[in-house]
Amino acid sequence: MTDVAYIDRPNRPLYVYAIGYLAFLYIPVLFLPMFSFNDNIYITFPLKGFTTQWYVEMFKDEPMWAALNNSLRVACVSSTIATLLGLLGAKAVTRYQIPGVKPIVFIIMLPMVIPLIIMGVALLILVTRLGIDLSLYTIGMAHVLISVPFAMATLISRFEGFDKSMEEASLDLGAGPWSTFWRVTLPIVAPGVLASFLLCFTISFDEFLMAFFLGGTEPTLPIFIWGKLRFPFRLPGVLALGSLILMISFVVVFISLRLRRWGVEDTQSGI
Amino acid sequence: MTNNSMTNNDAFVSLADVSKHFGSVVAVDHLSFTINSGEFFSLLGPSGCGKTTVLRMLGGFESPTTGEIYIDGAPMSEVPPHHRPTNMVFQSYAIFPHLNVRANIAYGLRYDKIEKAEVERRVEEALEMVKLPGFGKRRSNELSGGQRQRVALARALIKRPKVLLLDEPLGALDKKLREEMQLELRALQESVGITFIFVTHDQEEALTLSSRIAVMARGKALQVASPKDLYNHPVSVEVADFIGQMNFVEAQVMDVRNGEAVLDTAGLGKITAPVNSDFVHKGAAIIVAIRPEKMLLSAERGSDGRATVQGTIKTSAYLGDRNYFYVSVDGCEKPLAVATPEAQASGEKPLDRESTVWLSWADNGLILLPHD
Repeated sequence: MTDVAYIDRPNRPLYVYAIGYLAFLYIPVLFLPMFSFNDNIYITFPLKGFTTQWYVEMFKDEPMWAALNNSLRVACVSSTIATLLGLLGAKAVTRYQIPGVKPIVFIIMLPMVIPLIIMGVALLILVTRLGIDLSLYTIGMAHVLISVPFAMATLISRFEGFDKSMEEASLDLGAGPWSTFWRVTLPIVAPGVLASFLLCFTISFDEFLMAFFLGGTEPTLPIFIWGKLRFPFRLPGVLALGSLILMISFVVVFISLRLRRWGVEDTQSGI
Repeated sequence: MTNNSMTNNDAFVSLADVSKHFGSVVAVDHLSFTINSGEFFSLLGPSGCGKTTVLRMLGGFESPTTGEIYIDGAPMSEVPPHHRPTNMVFQSYAIFPHLNVRANIAYGLRYDKIEKAEVERRVEEALEMVKLPGFGKRRSNELSGGQRQRVALARALIKRPKVLLLDEPLGALDKKLREEMQLELRALQESVGITFIFVTHDQEEALTLSSRIAVMARGKALQVASPKDLYNHPVSVEVADFIGQMNFVEAQVMDVRNGEAVLDTAGLGKITAPVNSDFVHKGAAIIVAIRPEKMLLSAERGSDGRATVQGTIKTSAYLGDRNYFYVSVDGCEKPLAVATPEAQASGEKPLDRESTVWLSWADNGLILLPHD
């Protein structure tokens, strides 16, 4: 007999499964940094030797920096707008009695499940019919459209997680609605706002289809990388860039997950 | 018990024919009563009776569908919560999680245009008042339930409201702490002299704390009276049933004379009882109510001339300071509850189950209620 609780007993098949699962998920991704240090233009085994040449090349690649700059600008602006819309929407949906609120939320959430290729084509038709020139602005608008559902989902859960009487208490103590929003609502939902911003940012940053359909002459980073894939000698530079982005994404996602939880316990353990 | 004189010119808070509908649900139904300055007034009733809705209307979080609420003479319907002379202690306490205790308590003073030094002084004073000195730097997640409740109280009282609204503030505390807080709350109310309006579903708590109680059900006030009056002179079966324990017996009025009614009861036989209201007239079907502690239980038939009836003990419950016996009497629907002091129960002859006993009572212990 063992004195370890049933649930805590070692489970060998589960370990094997977990390791297999993690390997399946991450080994392909790990090839990226590995080959980015490989001293060979072609991405083949065996590895030839260690080099930082691709990173040096990457830093000298002007068009790539321009593409990165475009991507960052689109991502910053679109995630800010999406988070702002999500904040207002989430407050409205959770705090006010709106007739037909369920269908409204459904429609807002719909872009989450509509295939991007269809959205892309539809938007392209719309934009060209309206005679709007394709540019970073059109990409940005499309990104707002596809990130708002994610912003809403993140912020609605944050709003629902905090006690409505916090806001009532603020009003009760003499703060007007505006003051209440700044002094109580916003600080309490702030982690959700940040999480939403980071989520929307990553959605926009690596989005390809919309950028492909709605882009003008200035490429975003995914479009730029896609363009480079056709030339083998430029591939290692892409790998170097990919590795860098990978690292940054890991950090950002980690932070956003932490933020989503941070502070929620405070407001919920109140009773 | 304080028993305030209830003249209408004292009225400090008054509800004039207030109703509140949520869609097709009538939460509050043509409610009118007045509360005097400095009262500890409780709204008592089961959940869903509309008591919290009344409190929220007083605080300005809901507006009445019809009717008007006056506080200190001023109509309130157009006044938003942040301009009302009321402050509220919420059921969940609603302590701001991103601020420490000090900032929570000082939160509302910003809108009163008070100097910084004065704010400091008043926060210290408030912390002293609720017995939390030195807790200023803590966050709400570092406080126990009782401490949060005190912070909520300090945060509301520091605004020096004309009326303090309390929404079941003791509901989340365990029994012992709740009883302690009841005494503290009472002492606090007496020292600050602010009108307290207190919502609770716990009748014992309401009796302990209040100067007057409004017993509510289905959005209506069934009776508004002092705890003593509610206990001794309930106006209906519903109120009598809600406040403390009560035995009910159906009766027919045979005759009324000299302030006494002769009643033919189902179970207690022919009895007489003092008449206190005008619904008692010859031929009327009424309910006779009697408290368990107003009845005596003995193994033999008494010879003191009091009314008696024979019954059989069905069950008993030992409560330490007293015993409850449930005695079935022929003709009565339910066994009658009788409370006896512990001493009597441990008398010479043990009172076992199924043993035959005699119940007796004094006529003035009987309460006559209208049949509903």
